[in-house]
Amino acid sequence: MENTERRVISVIVANEASVLSRISGLFSARGYNVVSLTVAPIPDSDYSRFTIVTEGSVRVIEQITKQLHKLIPVLRVSETEEMVEKEMVLVKFPMGDDMSNISVLAEAYNGKIVNVGVDSIIVMVADEPKRVEHFLVAIKHFKPLEIVRGGTVAVER
Amino acid sequence: MQISGAQMVIEALIAENVDTVFGYPGGAIMNVYDEIYKQDGFEHILTRHEQAAIHAAEGYSKVTGKVGVAMITSGPGFTNAVTGLADAYMDSIPMVVISGQVPMSLIGTDAFQEIDAIGISRACTKHNFLVTDAKDLARIMKEAFHIAATGRPGPVHVDIPKDVTAQIEEFVYPDCVDIPTYKPHVKGNKRQIKKAIDAIAEARRPLFYLGGGIINSNAADEVRELVHLTGIPAVETFMARGTLSHDDEFLISMLGMHGSYAANMAMSETDLVIALGARFDDRVTGKLSEFAKHAGVIHVDIDPASISKLVTATYPIVGDVKGVVLEMIELAKEKINAQQYTPWLETVAHFEKLHPLQYFEDTDRLKPQWCIERVGEILGDDANISTDVGQHQMWTAQFYPFSRPRQFISSGGLGTMGFGFPAALGVKRGAMDKVSINFTGDGSILMNIQELMTAVEKKLPVINIILNNNYLGMVRQWQTLFYDKRHSETDLSVQPDFVMLAQSFGGVGYVVKTKDEFDAALKDAIEKNVVALIDVRVERLENVLPMVPSGGSLFNMMLLENKKES
Repeated sequence: MENTERRVISVIVANEASVLSRISGLFSARGYNVVSLTVAPIPDSDYSRFTIVTEGSVRVIEQITKQLHKLIPVLRVSETEEMVEKEMVLVKFPMGDDMSNISVLAEAYNGKIVNVGVDSIIVMVADEPKRVEHFLVAIKHFKPLEIVRGGTVAVER
Repeated sequence: MQISGAQMVIEALIAENVDTVFGYPGGAIMNVYDEIYKQDGFEHILTRHEQAAIHAAEGYSKVTGKVGVAMITSGPGFTNAVTGLADAYMDSIPMVVISGQVPMSLIGTDAFQEIDAIGISRACTKHNFLVTDAKDLARIMKEAFHIAATGRPGPVHVDIPKDVTAQIEEFVYPDCVDIPTYKPHVKGNKRQIKKAIDAIAEARRPLFYLGGGIINSNAADEVRELVHLTGIPAVETFMARGTLSHDDEFLISMLGMHGSYAANMAMSETDLVIALGARFDDRVTGKLSEFAKHAGVIHVDIDPASISKLVTATYPIVGDVKGVVLEMIELAKEKINAQQYTPWLETVAHFEKLHPLQYFEDTDRLKPQWCIERVGEILGDDANISTDVGQHQMWTAQFYPFSRPRQFISSGGLGTMGFGFPAALGVKRGAMDKVSINFTGDGSILMNIQELMTAVEKKLPVINIILNNNYLGMVRQWQTLFYDKRHSETDLSVQPDFVMLAQSFGGVGYVVKTKDEFDAALKDAIEKNVVALIDVRVERLENVLPMVPSGGSLFNMMLLENKKES
């Protein structure tokens, strides 16, 4: 078995109907993995950017980039290790006595408390995907009610 | 010019020099059919099933090199066409397929004859469009033809809601196309080409591996020149048959699962594979880890995704085969001495002598291979040959003496039974001066038999030669070889009377059991010049050999000697 690598692929596509399904359809039809996928329009242009985190062997990753490029509305596909990556996560905790501990933890991971309700508080953290993972491990014993991950966004250095 | 969306479709087709549209009308496409009734810019051929319309357009495209055009309605009209789209996609056939759709206001309401056509065709087209405004129609039609025919060709599907075909807008058909996101790379990298030629000059046992991309690129003449100039032997894929003439001294034969012994051995022994427009399909390579194990690989293909997909290319060259081969010819003139491969040619000749492609006439019944060779003797270059899918298809690829590209039209990638007859109608329409022969099986022919009606109505005298063994022969062969002779649901002993069947549609039919009857039937069918079914009763248990069992190594072939069944 060839080694599997995690890769971030940035795809710039024309803003048109059904681009999302063309891309997601490609991944499912050819059996490629999607770890996370985000998409948003690029300001002042007719294009959108997909940031796709995927896993596969070198050969598979190469195929993914080529197959993406083959799609007619795709302008550019870049896949390099030289990416600055960030991911945002929202976590809802039940209200309790140790809220200050959660706040300190969030600050350590570039985050803060963004909402306080009667029964719960919501914390936002934005950091490198790996550190987000660590954060999610660290908060386990605070018994989070809900975790919403935003998926990786990335830009070339 | 202020015209309706339906008129725009007609104007666009005429602007694209379309002379034939294959199709079938229905509710959602009626506005367009109303305009077809009024125009005389092209001929519409009404097939008797939407699948047949697509296959006919494929056949037409393959024989002429032009973009094939088909038209269908929404819902079941479209879903019937999906097999054809998938077939054209797998074999890279340039096509524009136009379907009607329910009006925009009804999309998403589960309306009568509504289906998410764009959602379905996404997986089996090069690209597709849903036209939501007649203002976009001219541009989309222009782009559809451009995308279908350029780069790696393929089918493009245009889905048009009924209210859009009724909408009246200003129409100007664009002269050129500008799609910033679609710029196929056609010119091969000069430095890579030079490196490839250097590698060929250093190789001792190089081998041309010719693929269907050569036919698509209209590069057969250039490839013939390169092969003769370099004196390097060549194998053809199923899709490339006719690139070199059958009597070319450098052509070994077809390679792959049912390739010749010499072709498969040459591929196993070569030290440099020169792949031109071929994609290393699993039916060609057999077990990948054993494929051309000792060889470097030059891979020329217009589709970057085909390169190093399955076999890593030592010298990848992205570009149109024709241009790349022209550059190779210039460099080869200086650098390659055609004499240097003589020992290798002798080795290949030895392989050919050891196990030539052959069959034995060892039973009372006609051999299917004989029928194919016989048509080759009688018609040769004067016929275009299409096939359905199965044993007869492989025998045709093995034994017909093809002499030119676009002479052989068959369903390669998808392997679509029912392809042959409707495709042959399109072939005939595209080349009226040639006899159109469809080699088919007793299984395949019934999958689009309704096209007898189209053939009679439109005077398209296709001659269907049914190599009738009362079996789904290829599946039966696998069952015999790999399933301990359990012939599950492959015995087709119960059959129609093909003669009466043909006659009931207004065609002619023959039953053939001997060589004399075969010659007489073929001669009569050609003279009658009307659609024909020639029901040839052939040896029932003949196998296609050589055979590389699925997943096996190319050099491990089942050969003719081993075929006897108890």
